[in-house]
Amino acid sequence: MAVTDSGGRESLRTAPKKPNRLFKNMSAKIASLPMIFTALVVFIGCTVWTIYHSFTKSKLLPAPDKWVGLDQYERLWSTRRWLVSIENLAIYGICSLILSLVIGFTLAALLDRKIRGEGVFRTIFLYPFALSFIVTGLVWQWILNPQFGIQKVVQNWGWESFTFDPLNNADIVIYGILIAGIWQGSGFIMVIMLAGLRGIDEDIWKATRVDGIPTWKTYIVVIIPMMRPVFVTALVLIASGIIKVYDLVVAQTSGGPGIASEVPAKYVIEKMFQSQNLGQGFAASTMMLVSVLVVLIPWAYLEFGGKRRD
Amino acid sequence: MTDLSAHSLSGPRGPKPRRRLSPANIMLYSTLFIAAVYYLLPLYVMIVTSLKGMPEIRLGNVFAPPVDITFEPWVKAWSEACTGINCDGLSRGFWNSVQIMVPSVIISIAIASVNGYALANWKFKGSEVFFTILIFGAFIPYQVMIYPIVILLRETGDVIAAATGTNFRLMGSLSGLVIVHSIFGMPILTLLFRNYFTSVPEELFKAARVDGAGFWRIYFQVMLPMSLPIFVVAIILQVTGIWNDFLFGVIYTKPEIYPMTVQLNNIVNSVQGVKEYNVNMAATLLTGLVPLGIYFVSGKLFVRGIAAGAVKG
Amino acid sequence: MKFIRNALVGTTALCAATAVSAADLEVTHWWTSGGEAAAVAEFAAALEGNTDHKWVDGAIAGSGGTARPIIISRIIGGDPMHATQLNHGRQAEELIEAGLMLDLSDVAAAEGWADIVNPTSLLDSCTVDGKIFCAPVNIHSWQWIWLSHKAFADAGTDVPSNWDEFVAAAPALEAAGKIPLAMGQQAWQSNGAFGVMAIAIAGLDAWSQVTIEKNAETAAGPEYAKVFEAAANARAFAANSNVQDWNQATNLVITGQAGAQIMGDWAQGEFQVANQVAGEDYTCLPGLGVNEIISTGGDAFYFPKQDDPEIEAAQKELAALLLSPEVQVNFNLKKGSLPVRGDVNLEAANDCMQKGLEILATGAILPDGNQTLSPDTQGQIEDLMVEFWNDPSYSAADAQERYAAIIAEAD
Repeated sequence: MAVTDSGGRESLRTAPKKPNRLFKNMSAKIASLPMIFTALVVFIGCTVWTIYHSFTKSKLLPAPDKWVGLDQYERLWSTRRWLVSIENLAIYGICSLILSLVIGFTLAALLDRKIRGEGVFRTIFLYPFALSFIVTGLVWQWILNPQFGIQKVVQNWGWESFTFDPLNNADIVIYGILIAGIWQGSGFIMVIMLAGLRGIDEDIWKATRVDGIPTWKTYIVVIIPMMRPVFVTALVLIASGIIKVYDLVVAQTSGGPGIASEVPAKYVIEKMFQSQNLGQGFAASTMMLVSVLVVLIPWAYLEFGGKRRD
Repeated sequence: MTDLSAHSLSGPRGPKPRRRLSPANIMLYSTLFIAAVYYLLPLYVMIVTSLKGMPEIRLGNVFAPPVDITFEPWVKAWSEACTGINCDGLSRGFWNSVQIMVPSVIISIAIASVNGYALANWKFKGSEVFFTILIFGAFIPYQVMIYPIVILLRETGDVIAAATGTNFRLMGSLSGLVIVHSIFGMPILTLLFRNYFTSVPEELFKAARVDGAGFWRIYFQVMLPMSLPIFVVAIILQVTGIWNDFLFGVIYTKPEIYPMTVQLNNIVNSVQGVKEYNVNMAATLLTGLVPLGIYFVSGKLFVRGIAAGAVKG
Repeated sequence: MKFIRNALVGTTALCAATAVSAADLEVTHWWTSGGEAAAVAEFAAALEGNTDHKWVDGAIAGSGGTARPIIISRIIGGDPMHATQLNHGRQAEELIEAGLMLDLSDVAAAEGWADIVNPTSLLDSCTVDGKIFCAPVNIHSWQWIWLSHKAFADAGTDVPSNWDEFVAAAPALEAAGKIPLAMGQQAWQSNGAFGVMAIAIAGLDAWSQVTIEKNAETAAGPEYAKVFEAAANARAFAANSNVQDWNQATNLVITGQAGAQIMGDWAQGEFQVANQVAGEDYTCLPGLGVNEIISTGGDAFYFPKQDDPEIEAAQKELAALLLSPEVQVNFNLKKGSLPVRGDVNLEAANDCMQKGLEILATGAILPDGNQTLSPDTQGQIEDLMVEFWNDPSYSAADAQERYAAIIAEAD
């Protein structure tokens, strides 16, 4: 029973379907009004508004009547800084996604093994999440500073040729930001994972032990598939954070050296507010939203489309 | 509700294989220790730096412990650092931040938990579409939404003012800010609550239905009492987000109720002049105390609650 | 003295005519560092000392990305502050056109701004359709190079008196283990330094053709080719300057680790804090020592329109006060900038400020980039410059080509 409960949301879906008549469900609909309003008016409304204005020559203020067609997009895709930003986001995004999930899950699995001092470790892993990105960027900028950070310390230990200066090296600067980003966010992913692991019934562990399945295999074959909703939550949390990464870069490198660590959100924000070119900023953010949709629509289809069949 | 939650809190912890001093355990602890060093290093740097004087900072490396321990930076950050012409440090914004955080956290979580409950247990036509849109909203950078939301708040405020014949405004008021926090917290929180309520055994829900309980009664009498763990996660998320928020706090309020982060930004982000790193670090730690405190207190609840909560019911 | 008395009389007359009750004036600005905050405090003291109004301070650090969206959101949200700092120039154009800003023409007429504001271009930047919408409060100029006496002494060379001598001395600096040119890595610094070099090397004519008339041919021409070559050279001089913030770069000059820095007159404050004396510990050369000319950018205050006539009157009082002689002197001494009126006496100003005042008096002045190029064009040039200055493989010719393309599309 427990197995189907935790893993199988499918079976649950049938329960509320029965009273799913218009009137019986009235209070649910009324209760959902804030959500419906937010979804339709705020998110859809603002997105449409943004997309519309990306075809205009809006500068400091939105100018719906200055239609320029695809000009903003042409300029966007011929701007080197934007292309660098996209590339950085791809590298940062993939690495951050994989590392956050792996680190988060591993730490959660380790903590879940009835260890001593779990509370201490959990607090240590989670506390960075309480700090803002500005602070995270600042601290890691220091630690990675070649003149008085890690590089200097290791050199003082006698390893003279040691170099570790990601923030001053255009080729690897994005990984320097990654180190800080993982530090800040992986603890929360660990907590989510831990919550999921704690939801796994002991009977499962007993059964696998009786069958003689090794622990690591149990995790991969049995536990992770059962934690699918947890992984989805973690994935959305991480991915939405990746798309929006801005403060961290500003605090750590300001996009430098040169334009080597620029990210799309920074391009959008600076074009909108610093360059006072709303149209360009909106065009860039529309491109970001399109890329989100490309990922989200297939997921939504799998998640909900599949369900309607049963 | 209290009875039920107390009961679930005392439930057994998650069941795990256990072996004492084995090679595997040594591996396990050493991995955890290495990870702990990575997570603690920046905190160490912050604390050490905040206890140094500026001359010492300019000389040494960031990891060196302070030679002359001074609490001056802490005093300065809390009560002396200047923000424009007001030189009373972070203390100025502390209560404002509390005043902003409490209603924002409560209202945003209340709305999102009802959303999640409706989405999990009372699906109606189109509910999944709205949910997908909501998740989509989680990916929109906040800054892109600033102008449309400003316009939305202005117009909505005007409509309410006209309807009630008062001078009501959403821009520049606490209520506007609470709405904005509720909107931006909604996607992730709704996702969390939806997934959580989905994993609640259907027998419970069915039994309550058979007893003739409706939407709100099931929510308050069945769901809420067993939802402590997910509420703790939501509180962690919202307290962190709202306490650290700077942008909305300034745009949608006024200087009298500027949150603490405005002072933090002004201390840390000053473009010109000498950067006082020790004061920056002290200010950072001071600002982080509230979320850190919440984590510390709720961490235990979180684990106990999760262990006993949902799935075992 | 006569001017001062006149202005004071004007101010009081205005007070008597309009002010009936005390108002709380919320003022937004991004002056949050020590010296800046002290300068703002002068404004606040002047307001609270001379009128019954109260200064409600809304300081938000970080000009571009941080403060500006907040200021603009508040204004278009219908809940504006009562006064706000903005760079004068083209940044507020649209807000004025949308009718969101208070017309200060009557204050300007009563106070005789047209006669006292020097250079007049500052007031022109505040003027749209013959009406005045902002109160300029100070002048900052970019065209300075700061030289460390210690660094040149260590390298065994004389302190240069112009750019060419500096270039000639650079190898000696390098041999002595110094960074010839200190340079922060932020976009606005790269762009600013390039602008200074353009005026000095391409000459005034070429510069104004490009920056004022947006002539892309000149931008692609031989004068500017020299500028880009020189900038590529300077890039090599600055290769070891691994700092981000401008004041960290200034600190390299102060401590003698670097020979020079191209930076605006605000760098002055850093030398002062470090107890350095102009002429003894460091030298400042306007226009890189090539042509002594300064640009006159600066800050201005705008007053968003309010419904309340009493508040409006208070706003106008504040506007008048900002330009009154006493406030101008007190403010600018603290801020390290030049006053916007030529009729005040700045005896307390130090050497470099005096140099600036002299140049200002001779009229060898230029408009600032903020006043001639749109923020969008500025942003594109900044993107280009920060890449060019930080990527040694980016050739001068390629950069110039891109630069000319941006100028061709400039608005």
